[in-house]
Formats: sequence, C-alpha cells, structure tokens
Amino acid sequence: MSTDINLPIYLDYASTTPVDPRVASKIFEHLTLDGNFGNPASRSHKFGWKAEESVEEARSHVANLVGCDPREIVWTSGATEADNLAIKGIANFYQSKGKHIITSKIEHKAVLDPCRQLEREGFEVTYLDPNEGGLTTLESIKNATRDDTVLISIMHINNELGTINDLEAIGSYAREKGIFFHVDAAQSTGKVEINLAELPVDLMSFSAHKTYGPKGIGALFVRRKPRVRIEAQMHGGGHERGMRSGTLATHQIVGMGEAFRIAKEEMLEDNKRIDALHTKFYDEVSKIEEIYVNGDSENKVTNILNISFAYVEGESLIMALKDIAVSSGSACTSASLEPSYVLRALGRKDELASSSIRFSFGRFTTEEEVEYTLTLIHHAVDRLRELSPLWEMYLDGIDLDSVDWQTH
Amino acid sequence: MAYSKKVVDKFENTINEPAKFNVGRFDPTELNVGTGMVGAPACGDVMKLQIKCEPQGNTHVIKDVKFKTYGCGSAIASSSELVEMLIGKTLEEAKGIKNIDIVEALELPPIKIHCSVLAEDSIKQAIDDYEQKQ
Repeated sequence: MSTDINLPIYLDYASTTPVDPRVASKIFEHLTLDGNFGNPASRSHKFGWKAEESVEEARSHVANLVGCDPREIVWTSGATEADNLAIKGIANFYQSKGKHIITSKIEHKAVLDPCRQLEREGFEVTYLDPNEGGLTTLESIKNATRDDTVLISIMHINNELGTINDLEAIGSYAREKGIFFHVDAAQSTGKVEINLAELPVDLMSFSAHKTYGPKGIGALFVRRKPRVRIEAQMHGGGHERGMRSGTLATHQIVGMGEAFRIAKEEMLEDNKRIDALHTKFYDEVSKIEEIYVNGDSENKVTNILNISFAYVEGESLIMALKDIAVSSGSACTSASLEPSYVLRALGRKDELASSSIRFSFGRFTTEEEVEYTLTLIHHAVDRLRELSPLWEMYLDGIDLDSVDWQTH
Repeated sequence: MAYSKKVVDKFENTINEPAKFNVGRFDPTELNVGTGMVGAPACGDVMKLQIKCEPQGNTHVIKDVKFKTYGCGSAIASSSELVEMLIGKTLEEAKGIKNIDIVEALELPPIKIHCSVLAEDSIKQAIDDYEQKQ
C-alpha cells in the first residue's frame, strides 16, 4: 500500500475542521501590538475604532453567508452558547405566553441539555421521535403542538447522520401558529445554502470551527422582523445590544468572518469535490456485504456518511482503523457503554447502532486519502468478521434474533 | 483511549495473524470438543470459546483451543489472552483461571473489567459442555 500520505488520515470534519490557513493569517493580524488588537468597545481612540471596524466587517461576512441583516447576528462563544441563549432566552422572556417546548430526541446535547434544565425550572418539553431516516416530520410536530407551545427547536443538519430537516415546512407551520422556531445550524454553513431573508426561522445557531474557522466562537441569528426578543443569559457591559455581554474576542470573530466569507465564495467548488469523494467512497464501501447506511439517503449532505458494519463491533473497528480518524456511534470508549442515542432513536438495533462509524469529509480531504481509507476498511472488516462468532452464525444461516443470548 | 500497550498489541496481533492466535472453530458435535458462548450482541460482546481435550491419567488436558469474539478491543484481547493461558492445562487448572488473571496480564482499565469476566465465564461454559459429553 502506498504511504506517501500523512497518517492518520483525518475523516472527522463533522467533529471539527482545521482552520483554513487564510483564516489563520487573518487571526494573527488581530493579536499583537503591531496588529489590530484593540477592544472594539473602546470609543475613545483609534485602536477601539479599528477593532470595531474589523468586528463589523466579520459580522457582515457571517450575515452574507446566511442571508440576513448583520444587525441580526449576535456573537457567542460557539454553537453551544448560541443554543443555550436561544432556548433559555426565549423560554425566559416569553414564559407568560406558554411553558411548552418541542424538540427532537436526536438534537445535539447543546439543545437537549438546556431543555432538560428548563424542565427543572417548570417548563414542559416534548422530545419527538425522528422517522427511521432521522428526519423530524411536520406531522409529528403538529401532533405535539399545544396551546401553550412557545418554542420549537429542531436542528438543520444532524451531526451524526448528515440528514437535512425541512426548515421551510416546519418554520411556516410555526409562524402560522405563532410559535418561535429555533434551528441549530452548526453543521450547515458552507454545506448548504441558507437564506434567512426567505426562511421562516426566528433564531439560528452557528459555529465557526465546523467551517474552517477557530474554536471558541459562534453566533446566534435573532430575527428583527418580525421581532424576536430573548432574555440575556450573560450580564455585564451590555455588549451585543444587551443580548450577550463580554468583551468581543476580535481575533476569533475576524476568524469566523473570514471563514464564512471563504465558505460563501468556495461553497460550490468545495461541495462538488466532496460530492465526488462521497460517491467514490460510497460506491466502493457498498461492495462490502451487510453494511447499512444510517439516515435518509435522499435528504442528506454528502460530507457525512454514517455506516453500520453488521457483525463487527464499532470500537474494535475503530481500533483496527487506527490510521483513520473517524468517530463511532458507539460510546464504548467511555464509561457509559451506550450505543449512540441518535441511532437508537432511529430504531436501529443496539448491535447495529454500536457497529456504526461516521466518516466525514472536508475541504482538505484528497482522493488518495479516500482510496487508502477504503483499502483499510476492507481489510479491517474482513479481519474482524473472521474473528466474529456472529458473522460465522450469519454465514451458517442462523437468525441471531432466535438465539437465547446469555446476557451478563 | 485508556488502553495499555499490552491490550493494543494483543488486539493487533490477533487480528493480523488470526491462525497463529487460535482464531477459528472446531466441530462442536465432536465428543472431545467443549463449546462455550457467552455475552449478547445487544450488550456489545459475544465470546465463543472451544476447547479440544484428551484424557490423561485421571483427568483431561486441553490440547487445543479455538475462539471467536465479537466485541470491543479489550474483549478481543481478553479472549486471546485467555486462549494462550489454556493450552496444555488440565481441566482443574483451567477452572482455576480467574478474571483477575486476565486483568493483570493485560492491565485492563477498570471500565473494561467485564471483558475479563466474560472470558472467565466462557471457559467455565466450555468445560461444562465438555464434561457433560464424557
């Protein structure tokens, strides 16, 4: 096997992306004495004015990528904080209007945990089951809606599956019912077009580090027309029109701005390349017997591919693929020993859920890397199946569901 | 991952040279073969252990062992380690092997102790099966 490529190969772009070198140099320009280091809130000198200018330019880049007004962008420390600010902010501000929230079981923890917290504070939350493809249907939202529903929070692209929810349909319904609609779009920027000028969404969370920007910075879109109000969760100084206090991290903000500017410019090209890599990968990997692609194949981004390799356990597969950096649906490496809650919510059997691997491609993935990965996967799956008593039983025609397993 | 080098090496050697590390199967209907299978797919690990024995004096000796394991890296390493311990042992000696022996040999992290328990259970079952056939 040719090894003129750097190992391990990074195929975990949905977890985080490397910072684009162009973004990194922009960040460096905003740190040192000879650079633009000022506090954007300083009104009395040029250092502050220049920093503010950079921050506002970055805000425009972010707004431009998602089709909103720059004044609708609030900087946060990341998508987790944006999700918290949106969900708790709406719930706290409008609690006299209603105390019921609708979300789905396969949201990111940054949505689920704030919802749990609100439950402790007296709110009621409905956690919807997705369909077997991992999509949250409008039907299920309609059935869960109550007179006191104040917020619907549904993600755009699922981080484990890459499936895309129909924001237009859900948003139109929410608007018709007068319910606020929040969307976690951490996986979306640079992958799919977002036009908030048209999209009936009230709040949307963004992250920089999934789109070749730095970690530690994100943003929340808060719609101005019709006006959406949120209660601040961080107090002290009244930055970001009172919605999020704290000195703006100029260097990270310009990093996010530059990353989103590049995403706008290069999205089509990036996606075309990644589509081709996905096709190549999928065509080859689907030659392996007994594999299952998780998530609706029609409504899905191509940078994420989640596959269950039946009769092989996920953690051992990851160990056998040590030259490939991927993530497993199985959390067997942690103390919980639980298969992915996302795959379980799809109704996948535990053994299929724990044999799943998420491959995610990105801007810097090469064809050679994909080819090498495919060779390693074939090898690893063959070897682990040779070792698997379940595979042996499958080949012998034994129905595993009919076996009386001795659970321990 | 909190695995010791011993677990990683054992895992890699086993998957790369399955024949050398006794991966395989015996015909379970043969009278001199005892089979044990423990665990469940839904729990994430299944171990199948087979021993081939011969009478020797007033006891029986394990002449050969085959195994297959579905599970995490340490489950695979644990069963492979156990197999090595078994060959040449009398059934009485084999019954004396405890999970802690595997934990110590592989330096298993605390959350993976259950892998060694599974291995201990699989040898007990295989011996039971063998003894019932005699």
